[in-house]
Amino acid sequence: MASAIQTRLASTHRVAVHADATRSGVWVGIFAITMSFAAFTSALFVRQGSSDWTHLAVPPLVYANTLILIMSSITFEMSRRAMAKGLESDRSELRIGVRWLWGALVLGLAFVAGQYMVWRQLAAAGIYLATNPNSSFFYVFTGMHALHLIGGILALVYLIARLSGKGAAFRQSLFESTAIYWHFMAGLWLYLLLVMRTRL
Amino acid sequence: MEQQSVQPAHVHAPPEGFIRKYVFSLDHKMIGKQYYGLALTAVFTGMVLSWLMRFHLVWPNAKIPGLDIISKAGAPGGVMTPEYYLSLLTMHGTLMVFFVLTNAPFAGFGNFFLPIQIGAEDMAFPRFNMMSFWVTFVSFVVLISAFFIPDGPPISGWTAYAPLSAVGKDAGPGLGWGQNLWAISISLFCVGQLLGSLNFIATTLDLRAKGMTLMRMPICTWAWFITSCIGLLAFAVLLPACLLLILDRVAGTSFFIPSGLVISDRLQNHAGGSPLLWQHLFWFFGHPEVYIAILPAVGIVSHVLINSIRKPLLSARVIIYSMLSIGFLSWMVWGHHMFISGMNPFSSLLFSFPTLTITIPATIITLIWLGSLYGANLQINSASLFALGFVSMFVSGGISGFFLAQPSIDVYLHATYFVVGHFHMVMGVAAIFGIFAGTYFWFPKMSGRMMNETLGALHFWVTLIGTYCIFMPFHYLGMAGNVRRYSSFVNDFMAPLMPVHKFITIAALITGAAQFIFLYNLIHSRFWGKPAPENPWNGTSLEWSVPSPPPWNNFGGNHPVVYHDPYQYGVKGSKGDYVMQVSPETVEGEKT
Repeated sequence: MASAIQTRLASTHRVAVHADATRSGVWVGIFAITMSFAAFTSALFVRQGSSDWTHLAVPPLVYANTLILIMSSITFEMSRRAMAKGLESDRSELRIGVRWLWGALVLGLAFVAGQYMVWRQLAAAGIYLATNPNSSFFYVFTGMHALHLIGGILALVYLIARLSGKGAAFRQSLFESTAIYWHFMAGLWLYLLLVMRTRL
Repeated sequence: MEQQSVQPAHVHAPPEGFIRKYVFSLDHKMIGKQYYGLALTAVFTGMVLSWLMRFHLVWPNAKIPGLDIISKAGAPGGVMTPEYYLSLLTMHGTLMVFFVLTNAPFAGFGNFFLPIQIGAEDMAFPRFNMMSFWVTFVSFVVLISAFFIPDGPPISGWTAYAPLSAVGKDAGPGLGWGQNLWAISISLFCVGQLLGSLNFIATTLDLRAKGMTLMRMPICTWAWFITSCIGLLAFAVLLPACLLLILDRVAGTSFFIPSGLVISDRLQNHAGGSPLLWQHLFWFFGHPEVYIAILPAVGIVSHVLINSIRKPLLSARVIIYSMLSIGFLSWMVWGHHMFISGMNPFSSLLFSFPTLTITIPATIITLIWLGSLYGANLQINSASLFALGFVSMFVSGGISGFFLAQPSIDVYLHATYFVVGHFHMVMGVAAIFGIFAGTYFWFPKMSGRMMNETLGALHFWVTLIGTYCIFMPFHYLGMAGNVRRYSSFVNDFMAPLMPVHKFITIAALITGAAQFIFLYNLIHSRFWGKPAPENPWNGTSLEWSVPSPPPWNNFGGNHPVVYHDPYQYGVKGSKGDYVMQVSPETVEGEKT
């Protein structure tokens, strides 16, 4: 399989330039997403000053999900290292890299499924979006994070599709940008968890 | 495995077929034109709305033929209800601010010219670029569809202040589905702008041609770059705000709706929300939005002026630094829209200081323009006239900003026509003058044909005098205590001001009619104008080094190399008094 992967290496100036643009693009996107969640957070700070602010016990399943997402991030990093090694010298590493990538995808999907179960648990306990301001923010934070993560999952699916099968190709810049985004999603989640744990 | 050089992802084959060429095009030039076309549709719609409003203000009982066909409830028998006036007000503001002032100078011209001016073949992400336009287009359709639902468009203004915008149809006409459509439309618009801004930033950072250092970019490229940085952060805040608003409206949450609110004799089933939170989030976007509208115009006007005075500006760099400081300061001043909102007066003081500080870079830019004009051999044409008109509007509208920046004065003037006059001049008309300057200047490059200069001059003079006649009196009305957002004044203490209102309405009808001269000129020149040469204005930047209109991939597969700063005017060059950026000849006295 390794030989089936045609590497799109930065062999011309223009390809290199485009690789840079992809990387800039993902950083710029991360900047915008950070800004959006900063807006949500400041909304929370304003809203928690009102008299109907209560307390929401974050369901324990959330912590298990957190662990899964961190593992997914680590798996992606293993894939990235294997790919880098594979491109540099040892071609067999490429295959290992793709396997790690599958791992990242499965764990990512498991996280989303886990979050869905958290929402189901809350709903079963009678806690909905509009029940109180705390639950509103919980659903908004987790929902918006999940939406952004699904974007990352789509990129992962695309990467795996491109790496598998006949005529497979590998766009290193896209791969690395997805890795950056994926790690950002884990970091963002840790931040949101901290906010929800301490504020809600 | 062999290394192979492959086609980079952003280079596509020229499209064939109508749909790929004109509809779902990946070409930044076509996308720029599409944005411009959308803005043109929006600006004429918005203008007709302002006509209807002005007409109703002075003849509140007059029948407007055809209006009852668009809205039976809003204009029974063709006579506008006060609520329908507010619906039109909302739509006028939303169309103009979002779909005209953001779309034309930034997304329209920026898309067409930014890649060419930095020597790139296209934007960094052409598919995102196409998506950005089509999301914006859908957003426009969603907004306009509010006219055709039974309830009509929302009455909450383009700022959609909560709780009015958040509680739903009990609060008044258009606040049911009309407001939902508004919120959905603006959310989509945010997505489109975010994609666009991301594209602009990555393109400027990474796709510049050899020799095109950041400081060699033309001022308008800088303006688009700074604007995209502002837009990225501003729309990233408006989007969450709109999502929370939608949740309050359809999912029963209480982010913006306070406890114990009784509307139409009904206690609202909401508690604890903060209407001020909406204002904070909205204006945190809203003030930077002012600069999203005006900075590209500042860039375009500088670009046109330098070309017309045939010598360098006193300092192009200081203009760039000033734009950067305006961009930076724009994040610290949103509270000056909220002096009368009931927030702590100490915060007003805190917002007042940076607001007044912004006048410093704005004044520096103006002084550089005026100082550079001194002793210049000014070429008068439609583009330079509108550029000068922009300077005039920017100063006239900006001066009233000094007053409004001070909370003690603003408290009196905020809810009056003084503010309406201020922002229409400094943000609305000024930016539109920038768009006109850009259109007359770049039309030959965009279409390959020249515009009619006589009609251009006629359009300029009527528009300049007309806009002063409309918006200067607004300031006097405001000082006399004429409140905004009222649909008629005939029966109260403002009745003595009616003659001024009549004068304004007549001026608005004439000025608006003059815009059809422009529209005629635009359409006529597009098909029957004189063919344009490559460089009709003897310009120096890269867009004048390619044919008019530029071919697919802009430079025909060649990679331009840049040798000079953008504005080598008033020098001895091989072609005349200028040296182009791509010309390898040496320029006397240029630092390399």
